[in-house]
Amino acid sequence: MTKTITAYVPADASAVALGADDLATEMAQYCASAGIELTLVRNGSRGLTWLEPLLEIDQGDGHRIGFGPVTPADVSSVLRSIDEPGSEHELAVGRVEELPLFAQQQRLTFARVGVTDPLSLDDYLANEGYIGLQNALQMSAQNIVSRITESGLRGRGGAAFPAGIKWQTVLDASSNSHPVGKGKYIVCNADEGDSGTFADRLLMEGDPFCLLEGMTIAGIAIGAEQGYIYLRSEYPVAHATLQAAIAAARDRNYLGDNICGSGKHFDIEVRLGAGAYICGEETSLLESLEGKRGMVRAKPPLPALAGLFGQPTVVNNVITLASVPVILAKGAQYYQNFGVGRSRGTLPIQLAGNVRRGGLFELPFGISIREIIFDYGGGTLSGRPAKAVQIGGPLGAYIPEPMWGTLLDYEALAEIGGMLGHGGIVVFDDSVDMLEQAQFAMQFCAIESCGKCTPCRIGSVRGVETLEKIRANEDRESNLILLDELCETMRDASLCAMGGLTPFPVTSAVRHFPEDFGGEQNA
Amino acid sequence: MSQTKASVSELVRHWQDVPGGLMPALWSIQNAFGHVPSHAVPEIASILNLSVAEVHGVISFYHDFKTEPASAHSIKLCRAEACQAMGVRALETFAEQRLGVKFDEQGPLVCLESVYCLGLCACAPAAMVDGKLHARLNEQKLGKLIDECESTEAGAHD
Ligand SMILES: Cc1cc2nc3c(=O)[nH]c(=O)nc-3n(C[C@H](O)[C@H](O)[C@H](O)COP(=O)(O)O)c2cc1C
Ligand code: SF4
Ligand code: FES
Repeated sequence: MTKTITAYVPADASAVALGADDLATEMAQYCASAGIELTLVRNGSRGLTWLEPLLEIDQGDGHRIGFGPVTPADVSSVLRSIDEPGSEHELAVGRVEELPLFAQQQRLTFARVGVTDPLSLDDYLANEGYIGLQNALQMSAQNIVSRITESGLRGRGGAAFPAGIKWQTVLDASSNSHPVGKGKYIVCNADEGDSGTFADRLLMEGDPFCLLEGMTIAGIAIGAEQGYIYLRSEYPVAHATLQAAIAAARDRNYLGDNICGSGKHFDIEVRLGAGAYICGEETSLLESLEGKRGMVRAKPPLPALAGLFGQPTVVNNVITLASVPVILAKGAQYYQNFGVGRSRGTLPIQLAGNVRRGGLFELPFGISIREIIFDYGGGTLSGRPAKAVQIGGPLGAYIPEPMWGTLLDYEALAEIGGMLGHGGIVVFDDSVDMLEQAQFAMQFCAIESCGKCTPCRIGSVRGVETLEKIRANEDRESNLILLDELCETMRDASLCAMGGLTPFPVTSAVRHFPEDFGGEQNA
Repeated sequence: MSQTKASVSELVRHWQDVPGGLMPALWSIQNAFGHVPSHAVPEIASILNLSVAEVHGVISFYHDFKTEPASAHSIKLCRAEACQAMGVRALETFAEQRLGVKFDEQGPLVCLESVYCLGLCACAPAAMVDGKLHARLNEQKLGKLIDECESTEAGAHD
């Protein structure tokens, strides 16, 4: 009897960057020559990045046994090992669903990511997909919006604004007269420019229908017929996955005219950015979608009232929108039962940088920084002591070891002068030079500033120069004071958070790591 | 040249009636030609009913749009924080020396470009070479990728 197996090799960008495509090719070739009947699924990544490429094999009993990280050269020994009872391959990790670091998570938004075939609509439907939409189609617009408000869902893109309140504003607004704009719009912010973050990418590559469903529910809730996904150009795998998923959803009437026979219309187009960090800022993003330079707009008017092409627009992050289906499927209370304080639900924490077990862990808000770095991450990859973490992307603060008892929730981090942002945590060991990190923060702002206001455009360039002088021990004391004043001006007088938040990584580095700004050592 | 011109208008006309069609139009031109040739700008402007200044303004705002023919190969090395934490600063110097170019300058064969995050931060340092992703780089791996670029004439541009 020929042996039959189902094997899973992620098509996720991180797995591919670590050799998953070659692994998939080798699996197919080896099985063909060994007479094994292979069903090969290119799933998403489970987020256990240290195990990528993670090969999972199901021999027909429904259990997926994991091996990782696997190279093409390991294929023959792995496949031989599954035939020998009692033998344990050195790359074997056991049943993947039972791995403690996977099983301990609360995968609400990422429930299907890594499990299903991202482009199989049947797989999606068989795993609770589109239940939220079916429920929404039976509800009034107001009831859908109220359910989002009650769930406590806050925007996951950085500012943590309550999603329900934003939707309510757009629901209550009427469209404006405009030469191009029609009706209202749903815009998904998939620019994910923050370094150290990749949750949006993992979701789009691992479960694209979940995002499409969330956007469709949003469209029905606020009365929009057109949605856009503004995707950064650095994500080619996500781009291809989204395009294919949109085509499949249109084919089966989950997008387009008369969605699921409801008489409602909603469609989605993907638009690519072009390598500008500032286009993650929502008004800059809208300018870019309109085909213009990504210059930040002054607020008011709020995008909710006059956004894309002058029309009322919901702009939400990928994870915000991808959390909508589960809320509509299982109820506001179910979602809101997770979390602490005013941070409700779960957060996909992205652990990156110098860490042994980097990846994505979806957990209720309220785990401490230390638990994430050590219990999940296993400490630094280099084996040297961890010195600092940067949380919340390039505009987030550097946080020193004594503060790692702080819980990951929006308010707790704000209290220590930090920002949770999109939930990315980058770990640095003790070889990091914090003056260099502070200087990079200023440099990045100088490169990516849209140029509209002076504190950001000029202040950041001055910041780089001033830090250079501090490094050279040139008038160190007065230059540190000058740096502080520069930061204050940027914080208070910038139009948007690019200039407004760049001081956070800078001043946190100076305050918490004064030894790196000491002059003598650096002179 | 006339063939190029015909193709530009074909590509751009596709986006003529699409709201905010300039960005996708520019992408389609860059994908076809490797850059956005300056002689194409007046034509883009006239088809999309924009001024030449507006089109120039957009091209110059975005880091991705190139106005000069691209080198045969492109290496985009991530220089952002998670990659810094894993030693990309040393790799930056290594790459500049090996290639004999500075970041974001056109080399004869290879263009070494800065990017700030490829979303591969949990397996840093990361790069995109001729559209293909690579992670957990070190000098040995990056050196090999550079060798491969230098030993072949032209790569597939993304
Ligand atoms: C400089 C800057 C960059 C930003 N980048 C992103 C981004 O890449 N992705 C994102 O979702 N939000 C980003 N934001 C936040 C957006 O402006 C906006 O708050 C968000 O898209 C709203 O969606 P949410 O409420 O679902 O989070 C950025 C903001 C600033 C100031
Ligand atoms: S703070 Fe910087 S990025 Fe924001 S509007 Fe001003 S110049 Fe543009
Ligand atoms: S910081 Fe380099 S890939 Fe994200």
